[in-house]
Amino acid sequence: MLEPTAPPRKAPRAPPLDTRHQVETPEGIDLPLRPAGLMVRAVAFAIDLGIRGLIMGVLFIALAFLGKLGMGLGSLLLFAISWWYMVLFEVLRQGRSPGKQWMGLRVVHDDGTPIGWSASLLRNLLRFVDLLPFGYFLGTLSCLHHPAFKRLGDIAAGTLVIYSERPLMRPQLPDAEPRRSPVALTLAEQRAVLGFAERQGDLSPARVNELAALLAQPLHISAPKAVAELNGIARGLLGPT
Amino acid sequence: MKQSLFESRHKAEWERFALALERLERGKDTSQVGGFPKAYRRLCQHLALAQERGYSSFLIDSLQQQVLRGHQQLYRHRSRLGANLLSFILADFPRLVRAEWPFVLVASLLFFGSLIGVGMLVYVFPELIYNLIPADQVREMQGMYDPVAGHLGRPAERAASEDWVMFGYYVMHNIGIAFQTFASGLLMGVGSAFFLFYNGMVIGAVAGHLSEIGFGQTFWSFVIAHGAFELTAIALAGAAGLQLGWALIAPGRLTRSEALQRAARKSVLLVCGVMMFLLIAAFIEAYWSSKTSVTPLTKYLVGAGLWALVVVYLLFAGRTRHAPE
Repeated sequence: MLEPTAPPRKAPRAPPLDTRHQVETPEGIDLPLRPAGLMVRAVAFAIDLGIRGLIMGVLFIALAFLGKLGMGLGSLLLFAISWWYMVLFEVLRQGRSPGKQWMGLRVVHDDGTPIGWSASLLRNLLRFVDLLPFGYFLGTLSCLHHPAFKRLGDIAAGTLVIYSERPLMRPQLPDAEPRRSPVALTLAEQRAVLGFAERQGDLSPARVNELAALLAQPLHISAPKAVAELNGIARGLLGPT
Repeated sequence: MKQSLFESRHKAEWERFALALERLERGKDTSQVGGFPKAYRRLCQHLALAQERGYSSFLIDSLQQQVLRGHQQLYRHRSRLGANLLSFILADFPRLVRAEWPFVLVASLLFFGSLIGVGMLVYVFPELIYNLIPADQVREMQGMYDPVAGHLGRPAERAASEDWVMFGYYVMHNIGIAFQTFASGLLMGVGSAFFLFYNGMVIGAVAGHLSEIGFGQTFWSFVIAHGAFELTAIALAGAAGLQLGWALIAPGRLTRSEALQRAARKSVLLVCGVMMFLLIAAFIEAYWSSKTSVTPLTKYLVGAGLWALVVVYLLFAGRTRHAPE
């Protein structure tokens, strides 16, 4: 139901149904971060594991020609790669190891700032516990249980694996004559009308008509003209009427 | 104000901000981004306005994205790690060890207690060793420290190049054990306690057995020097792990996750100190402990000196403030 008069502007927003993690910045802005779930993280880890295997394989073949010195260097390298690969990539490449980069993920602190040495070291050292008793069992349990999909290491280090932001494409609004809305719209309703116009290109015509028909009666228009009318209102909200 | 007017009015500003952002993210020449914080706050204000006025999702989302990227560039956690390595080694690390003395004490009791206790037991009841350690490992151990063999630590002849091999091996093996001991503390401290006790037990059993069969001279002169750093490091790693576990058991007035995060922040510094100790230990073990040209007496003296050094360092370093801090 649309309300007859303009509602108060400071109406509390309902908590979102999705998994967004809101971070409030010192400027008073709420930044939504999108935590990444278990599967995509597992795939990213598998990619990293493969890359590490490859590096070690190549290096060991190369070092085998160096004899004893090579063996010493080899075990130092094994140490470096098994314990430091993640840490170095995360800190020096803005929270992205190659696997995470591939899957469009990155690691940040809980407050959205880039991950630093101590948090990265911590979350990767505690990986040992996530691996217990076999094959990431505890890590998986914790990840599935936690609202922001954190494994134990993430909880202790205060870090979050999120989806990196992707470049947005400006949506094409359908052509229509800008017009005023016959009734006052609340903020959420304005956003809904604008969203309807912006996403129209991705919907089938039948669905567009169905959605618009829902609003025909409250807007006092006939159902077949509802799409054009709503697009007009959206245009009117954007630009001069 | 209508959205299109708002957009056209601030478009140039947003484009300039995007450019500065790109420059910062690439880590390029940052001389031209002096006005960045101000521009960032302007952008925050625009985002708030856009949200408040119900502008379209596309505009709000893209502004939000810019703000998020700006936030990443502007705000950082202050890293206490690596910021000042010298003052960490000279003062902060021993101070931290003293500040966390209850955990250090418990971990040391567990580790050295089981080491000495099991060592004595095995010395008095020699056949006990076969209950603790598999027989072929015992045989291998005996081969390593056989006084007639004339070499130490490994069953083959050691050339200089082999010191390298052993250095790499010790770093890998020992730091791995220390990390394990630390990390498993997350299981309410049980894991750390177990690893402390277990490692103490194995080392004690080997020491007791070798002393009992008369290889004591070769064994003790080999281990005394690097043991000062290695054993202390494992006890400290266990202390760091126990700290994690204790934060979960008794979080005080904080929530468990908050208490855990705070404990973790402190314990990771301890772990850094542990790594430093273990690197020193691996170095001594590979290059000094294995030398056969040095008489056992010298090794005992140097070893005792190193133990004293470690104790004095942990107890007294950083008690007075110095100029570099």
